[in-house]
Amino acid sequence: MSDAPTGESSVVLEVSGLSVHHGQLCAVEDVSFSVSRGEVLAMIGANGAGKSTLLRTIAGLHTPSGGSISFEGADISRLAPHRRFARGISLVPEGRRLFSSMTLEENLLVGTTKGARGTFTIEAIYELFPWMRERRRSRVWQFSGGEQQAVAIGRALVANPRLLLLDEVSLGLAPIVIERIYDVIPRIVAEGVTVLIVEQDVGQGLKVATRVHCLLEGRTSLTGVPGELSDADIERAYFGASLHDSERRAGGGA
Amino acid sequence: MTWLNIVIQGALVGGFYALFACGLSLMFGVMKVINLAHGDVAVVAGYTAVFLAPKFGVSPLWSFVVVVPVFALLGYVVQRTLIQKSIDRDPFTTLLVTFGLSVLIENLLLEVYTANGQSINIGSLIGSSFQLSSTIYISYVSLVVLGVAVAVLGALQIFLGHTKTGRLIRAVSDDREAAQLSGANYRHIFGIAAGIAFATVALAGIAYGMTTEFAPSSGVTNLIYAFEAVVVGGIGSLWGTLVGGIAIGIAQQLGEHINPEYQVLAGNLLFLVVLAVRPNGLFGKKTAPS
Repeated sequence: MSDAPTGESSVVLEVSGLSVHHGQLCAVEDVSFSVSRGEVLAMIGANGAGKSTLLRTIAGLHTPSGGSISFEGADISRLAPHRRFARGISLVPEGRRLFSSMTLEENLLVGTTKGARGTFTIEAIYELFPWMRERRRSRVWQFSGGEQQAVAIGRALVANPRLLLLDEVSLGLAPIVIERIYDVIPRIVAEGVTVLIVEQDVGQGLKVATRVHCLLEGRTSLTGVPGELSDADIERAYFGASLHDSERRAGGGA
Repeated sequence: MTWLNIVIQGALVGGFYALFACGLSLMFGVMKVINLAHGDVAVVAGYTAVFLAPKFGVSPLWSFVVVVPVFALLGYVVQRTLIQKSIDRDPFTTLLVTFGLSVLIENLLLEVYTANGQSINIGSLIGSSFQLSSTIYISYVSLVVLGVAVAVLGALQIFLGHTKTGRLIRAVSDDREAAQLSGANYRHIFGIAAGIAFATVALAGIAYGMTTEFAPSSGVTNLIYAFEAVVVGGIGSLWGTLVGGIAIGIAQQLGEHINPEYQVLAGNLLFLVVLAVRPNGLFGKKTAPS
């Protein structure tokens, strides 16, 4: 994609040597990557590869055991989640996590409370998802999975983030619904938002991404541009070692 | 007429229970903390009104003007320090810490002010009442307390429902992590919730001291009724707490009418029946499918 403005390809997010532990378990190990303004980076990998942990660490919900995260040039590794939100990072968490006692509109209002003003107003969200307007006073727990996912994305967008983190938005949704949700991503990117997507559904991730980063058991197994990677490369990076690879790893090379 | 009197007197007491209980319900709803020292905070507010306020030239009748804001601040500070520290460890620690706080407060009050009953001197207002019928008298003070309870619950309802901070409090209550991802500093929100809880229970403590005598042990006694009001009404519903408080109040009056010894028993029985028949309480939130 030639969406990235020339001469202004500034790095928005820079992750270097990041490691995250859940107790004894090492979920993310020495992962480095960067995302530039206007890019869509898809983080792919199998279940348990550490993708969600990585995203949650960027949002501030986990403390890294090593390495650093910098956002727009400033180190944010030690900031609390609400401070990172104030700087322009919004995470759409896995499983939607809506405020279940509230109406649709109240969920969006919570997003605006501490968020920045910008193009994504509540009105703009209703234009992005026209069905919302008429149901804005309904309680969200009655909504279908796809509708809840849309509300979760809306809630993150109304804060007008500069970096949007999407965690497994397609999980548990019907293909047609996934399609519809992914349709809005180009429109979000067009507003200058940098997007980092975590996906188990590789096909979906490759379709919207400008770059791909594959994780395997917490480590980087592949990086590249979607069009330039062969299916075989991706398969190996996604599912892990063939016999040859595992011998190499056992030999001490990482 | 006797029955009507039971209902009226029960409702008047019930308003006090609701005022006493709403902070307990809020703290449980927002930070999942059961503050076992909640009742003792009310008693401390009572002692503050009786002994400290006059030293600063504040008359006991108007002591709430000073005491309530001070307790709001105190609530915020206690939450951000002591209670937050215990939340960070585990939920059981908060029970132990607030229980310890309760014991500590009660014994300190015993040490300093003895076990003698105290009351907030409001002069001739205490005895004044009006006659509804030949057998029904309504005390002005009790009526004012009920009115204050309704006003406080109404104000709280509007605050939680229609202000930015109120919405953030509900967001944290629904899903703390998701609220953080929406920019809420949950520790600050916890502090605000505790501030409201301390302020309302301080008001309840002063109201209590105006209508009857209190002693260092009154906190624990009233905490039980507050618990019952919250559970009967349903956790998470402010108006439910009011209805629960009134229901407990009426049950107690009814018990007392049958035999003065049954006053407390009748309230507890109602609580047990509701717990058995409707564990979510009369107006409890239906648990949303997640």
